[in-house]
Amino acid sequence: MRSNHDMGGLAAGKIVPREHTYEPWEKRVDALMMLLSHKDRQLLKVDELRRNIETLGPDAYDRMSYYERWMHAICQTLIQRGVITLDELGRKMEAVKARGALPEEGKC
Amino acid sequence: MSALQSVSDGLTITAASRAGATAQARKPRVPPQFSAGDLVRVRIAFPPGHVRTPHYCRGKTGVVERLCGAFANPEELAYNRDGLPAQPLYRVRFTALELWGDAAARDVIEVEVYQHWLEPVDAGERVS
Repeated sequence: MRSNHDMGGLAAGKIVPREHTYEPWEKRVDALMMLLSHKDRQLLKVDELRRNIETLGPDAYDRMSYYERWMHAICQTLIQRGVITLDELGRKMEAVKARGALPEEGKC
Repeated sequence: MSALQSVSDGLTITAASRAGATAQARKPRVPPQFSAGDLVRVRIAFPPGHVRTPHYCRGKTGVVERLCGAFANPEELAYNRDGLPAQPLYRVRFTALELWGDAAARDVIEVEVYQHWLEPVDAGERVS
């Protein structure tokens, strides 16, 4: 069966190319990926990232944005490799949530 | 996602070994089975994980355009294994007609496919 991400050859509809900016968190996810996969660390292979993206369920894959998929895959890989524990991750996520909403730009 | 992306902030990451760089030249590789001009068919298979053989060319017949070299098997790398022995990678040329059926007959599509996805085809066996 075709995997959901493997959409080469399917009808794509009209493609409208346009520029877009990246959110600060998206740049951080990109940096995280570069740092983890760096040859001095080798904590993540790009193929592992791809596997964890490609095994997302179709609903999640279609709903998540590009860097949301990356973030999901980075988390999964680090858990699978034992670099971080689920407990650490769960606690940190709650701690970050407790900080509350980020201030709007220019208001902090 | 702003919460998730901050998760890594406080976590300790230990450095991995640097092994591998010097072993690069000695990496075992599978000998190439095909050469330019050979007819090949892409296997039909659906293994889980990370597969770089596009769905649209599985089961299709093409011609080896060139041998690109040998590379660690990405399907194994995806599970943090070494991917060795390295698999020969070929650029395979398919006619658009073979892949899409109703396409313009002169168009071709070249796809890079690892050797373990290819099987030999006799010229007489070729359908399209």
